[in-house]
Amino acid sequence: MLSLLWLVPALPMAGFLILALGGRRLPHRAVSAVAVGSTGLSAAIAILVSATHLRLAPGGGTYSQTLWQWMRVGDFAPSVTLSLDALSLTMMVVVTVVGFLIHVYSIAFMAADEGYGRFFAYMNLFVASMLMLVLADNLLLLYVGWEGVGLCSYLLIGFWYKDRDNVRAALKAFWVTRAGDTAFAIGIFLLFTSLGTLRIQTILEDIAGYPAGAPLCNAAAALLLAGAVAKSAQLPLHVWLPDAMAGPTPVSALIHAATMVTAGVYLIGRMHALFLKAPTVLFVVAIIGAATLLLAAFSAMTQHDLKRILAYSTISQIGYMFLALGVGAWAAALSHFVTHAFFKSALFLGAGVVIQALGGEHDIFRMGGLRRRLPMTFQAFTLAALTLAAVPPLTLTFNSKDLILNQVWLSGRGGIVLWTLGMAGAFLTALYTFRMVFVVFLGPEPMKPVGKPSLWMLVPFAVLSGLGAVIGAPELLNALSGVTGFYHYLNSAMSGPAREFGLRETEWVFQAVYVAVSLIGIALAYYLYELAPALVRSMTATRVGSRLHRMLFVGWGFDWLYRRLIGVPYVRLARLNRGDVVDLLYVAVARISRGVNILLSRTVNGNVRWYVAGVAAGAVIVLGLAVLL
Amino acid sequence: MILLWLLMVTVAGALVAWALDRWSGRASRWAALVALLVDAVLLAIAWAQPPRTGPLMSPGTWLHELNYPWIGPFGVSFHLGVDGLSLLLLALTVFLGIVAVSASWTEIQDRVGAFHLSLLLTLAGIIGVFTALDLFLFYFFWELMLIPMYFLIAIWGHENRADAAIKFFLFTQAGSLPMFVAIVVLFVIHGHATGIYSFDYQQLLGAAVPGSISFWLMLGFFGAFAVKLPVVGVHTWLPDAHTEAPTGGSVILAGLLLKTGAYGFLRFALPLFPADSEEIAPVAMVLGTAGILYGAFLAFAQQDAKRLVAYTSVSHLGFVLLGIYAGTPLALQGAIVILLAHGLSTGGLFVVVGALQERFHSRRLDELGGLWAATPRLGGVALFLALASLGLPGLANFVGEFLVLMGTFAVSPTLAAISALGFLLSSVYSLWLMYRVFQGPECHLRVAPDLGLREMVVFGFIIAGIVWLGVYPQPVLDAARPQVESLLTPTTGPASMTGR
Amino acid sequence: MTAMVPTAVGLAIAAVLFCTGLVGVLVRRNIIIILLSIEMMFNACGLAFVFAGSYWLQPDGQVMYFFILTVAAAEVSVGLSLVLQMYRQFGSLDVNTVNRMRG
Repeated sequence: MLSLLWLVPALPMAGFLILALGGRRLPHRAVSAVAVGSTGLSAAIAILVSATHLRLAPGGGTYSQTLWQWMRVGDFAPSVTLSLDALSLTMMVVVTVVGFLIHVYSIAFMAADEGYGRFFAYMNLFVASMLMLVLADNLLLLYVGWEGVGLCSYLLIGFWYKDRDNVRAALKAFWVTRAGDTAFAIGIFLLFTSLGTLRIQTILEDIAGYPAGAPLCNAAAALLLAGAVAKSAQLPLHVWLPDAMAGPTPVSALIHAATMVTAGVYLIGRMHALFLKAPTVLFVVAIIGAATLLLAAFSAMTQHDLKRILAYSTISQIGYMFLALGVGAWAAALSHFVTHAFFKSALFLGAGVVIQALGGEHDIFRMGGLRRRLPMTFQAFTLAALTLAAVPPLTLTFNSKDLILNQVWLSGRGGIVLWTLGMAGAFLTALYTFRMVFVVFLGPEPMKPVGKPSLWMLVPFAVLSGLGAVIGAPELLNALSGVTGFYHYLNSAMSGPAREFGLRETEWVFQAVYVAVSLIGIALAYYLYELAPALVRSMTATRVGSRLHRMLFVGWGFDWLYRRLIGVPYVRLARLNRGDVVDLLYVAVARISRGVNILLSRTVNGNVRWYVAGVAAGAVIVLGLAVLL
Repeated sequence: MILLWLLMVTVAGALVAWALDRWSGRASRWAALVALLVDAVLLAIAWAQPPRTGPLMSPGTWLHELNYPWIGPFGVSFHLGVDGLSLLLLALTVFLGIVAVSASWTEIQDRVGAFHLSLLLTLAGIIGVFTALDLFLFYFFWELMLIPMYFLIAIWGHENRADAAIKFFLFTQAGSLPMFVAIVVLFVIHGHATGIYSFDYQQLLGAAVPGSISFWLMLGFFGAFAVKLPVVGVHTWLPDAHTEAPTGGSVILAGLLLKTGAYGFLRFALPLFPADSEEIAPVAMVLGTAGILYGAFLAFAQQDAKRLVAYTSVSHLGFVLLGIYAGTPLALQGAIVILLAHGLSTGGLFVVVGALQERFHSRRLDELGGLWAATPRLGGVALFLALASLGLPGLANFVGEFLVLMGTFAVSPTLAAISALGFLLSSVYSLWLMYRVFQGPECHLRVAPDLGLREMVVFGFIIAGIVWLGVYPQPVLDAARPQVESLLTPTTGPASMTGR
Repeated sequence: MTAMVPTAVGLAIAAVLFCTGLVGVLVRRNIIIILLSIEMMFNACGLAFVFAGSYWLQPDGQVMYFFILTVAAAEVSVGLSLVLQMYRQFGSLDVNTVNRMRG
């Protein structure tokens, strides 16, 4: 059974090839069958393989499957090998299941689009690349998947390519992540040159022999971090994600919420031993996480595009994951990833339902009162929102964020400061999430939805929302009664410092505080947006208020900074040098010889007597020289 | 003998194509195509045959060898030979020759016979360059490549063809003359020292040249190959020549002529002067890095799609120069893979631009736009080739560039890190090209058909080649290994001569 | 006994004649005069040869004079036919008008 592992990435890849070569000619039904079928089959096999793996090695263990030797030059011999352990298993299941559900959703969402076949081809390629990324046994193969998902992100953000802005957003995403990828590549070179291998397990074992803080570890970790920061849209390379919302909503759900953007989290988690040997870099990870989660939450509060709110929310939530990684709480970060994948993609799918129902409207302030017209959507959306804001009891998944915050508090080394930032972020999360819910679903109804949303869209949406709400149950059980759960299973693949509260009661107190903060946030949102909406308007109308609002709105100005520092100068300088300054040298040579030619041509004036004079003068000179010398 | 057949078939094909023009242009085209297909078969036979002298993988053995004395008094022999590296490049030559003929099928309507004569004679010159083992003969073929190429640009090229052709010719000549002087001096020195006056490669490999002179001789060779590669600083002939040449000419230029420069480094400049090459290696590596970045920088700025693609060649071949002079096995293998990958991907891109020009009568980025809807197949192929060009993992260029950087990192981490920026910059120009030509609102220049069967077949082979090389490059790496290994164990002095 | 003209004087006369002829070629515009001047240069050379032959007491000098005469005759015949053509093409005997081969 385990040997079917290779089918998990191979099936979506096969789907891609079929659709890429013949997608245009196939009817929509066939395209859906191929795309959804391949993903669904892949998900089923993933679950089967995972179940088998869990049965055979319940405490954790690794299964490897080599497909072929990619190349061999001397010591450098990467092979295409898939490896399955607790971490990759988790990621694989999440990617395939969420991917499958979003594919189903897309059948209806993209039904009217002329690029139907192209869309599903790219989506399949994405799933295949992402799976290759998480199942890779060595860094080179991981890099292949890493770039592959970046490619699909570019292709899908710019899917509606006729609009220049969409393509520009796609280019921005690709270029920013490529910058990070370049750093990642340099990190790979460094690791290979120093350790002689790219096999992840071997690297992690060899690294154990280095002292903490060794230059190799610091440099390699920093470079890998740069790649992760770009891919996961963390500060300061987060600028591409809000604009990436130009792509179709299923793309935003799958790539820019659930999976690709978490690749950075996966990378750091996977290479945890390396990061443990570079404590400074790890601390930077935590700082980046804390700063990002807060800044993005602030920005989310000011957005009025429904998808951009969710985009900033994603950036913020991944900030939590980075924060967890930064304090060494690998399992906490990954379990938050799992829950986030479900509820965030659910939120995006719900947003897609709303947007399509209103004929393409994105601005939440033009929406309202949809609770009555789209009841199912309202319920599923609110459930997912409650999960995001971490509020029991409807959702059982309220404590994934809380686990992170607990670990941060216990980590010492400025942990309390980071914890406070995380708490502020939690408050803001509840605030902006329910700002969104209240404005969109409650209140007056300026726009009426057109028709009813298709079941193909509602069912996956509801399933994801529901799954998001219950997936935290095992951890909840763990917290309540000490039953070993998911958390500890993840720890088998990524060992880290184990921190626990001294007393169970302390943990209860913290939990209550977290819930209270979220409830206060929701209440404030209700007050500000339902009871006293004019208050917000008056605050943003003041001079300070409007400046602040503007800065938060544009994501703290990083975009502007990059454009001024890098974008505009590069373009201007390139255009200036269009004719190639080096060529001037050779053009000068040509011009000089032309000039000399013109000069010398003056002696050829057709006048016979000049020529004779020349001959005579020459003869005199030569004879004179001959006589004298 | 098979090598001689290869040459003769190509030349014969050239003459037949020229003659058949009297009946019909189509007959000329078919004659050229048939000649190249016969070449392909011959090459397949050559590859399949077991080696003549010594085991396959030991350096200094030639898979097929042919040696006739030619100009006795000067020690010139008609000595041809191939090893894995040459065979790879010959395969690329024949393949790209077929691509060039196919790309010119509808583009060239005027003096078709003469066109194919020039094309095939250029190919014959290139085949000679890749197989010659006598330095005089090598130089003979080196010059032979140039003249038909000049005519290809000057007669069948675009608006500014006259200037471009002359610039190309003068640059290459100026670079080649020092090499000729170096060859003659080498001949004389070796002759004085050992009493054997010969231009033969194996003989001269072991020549003992006094240090002061050998540096200058090495520079002579370096200069010729540097202009051909091209190394940044002497690269300015390339954009003009590539842009003004007809599509088939551009494919041959970018796909093959540039590779002869790299081959020259690998086969002649490095083995003949190992110590001096080590001396100049840091300079060469810096030039390589500079080429990568500067080429990408220039490519982005262009308004002419063909010129953009031309500058990408400077950038990609910067990687090759870097890899060759880094001198580690990884870097050298990577450089060789890039040669093949670049030939395929950039050759393909030139065919794409040629297709654009034929259909929409424009190459300008500010005139084209939104063409994906009108010609989706062309857009798809262009996207694939653009992705190959920017080094997407899984495709051929990535394998080469990654190996080069990996190998260079061990020698100079700084240069490797700086060169890695090439990944970013190449994605900038590649996707910019896609954006301006195929995406955005449609430009409505003309109504034109999408790619036809002939074009799709050719592109299909190119794409298959790029994917295969990207996913399973081992056969190529194995074929190139003997030459790489011989480069890493330098031969100094007659005692360590190998093979003979 | 015949009085011998000193060789130096003779060569001087030849030199003067030569220079006169040269100046004539350079300065005069009429092609016939130029041809005459060239003739003068020829004769000057012949005179020099004769004087030289007399100095060395060899007959070669005078033999050279015959050669020079022959060459001069040939040159004159070709030159005059060219002059005829020139007059036909350009309508003038002025050498300054024949300057089309320039640039």
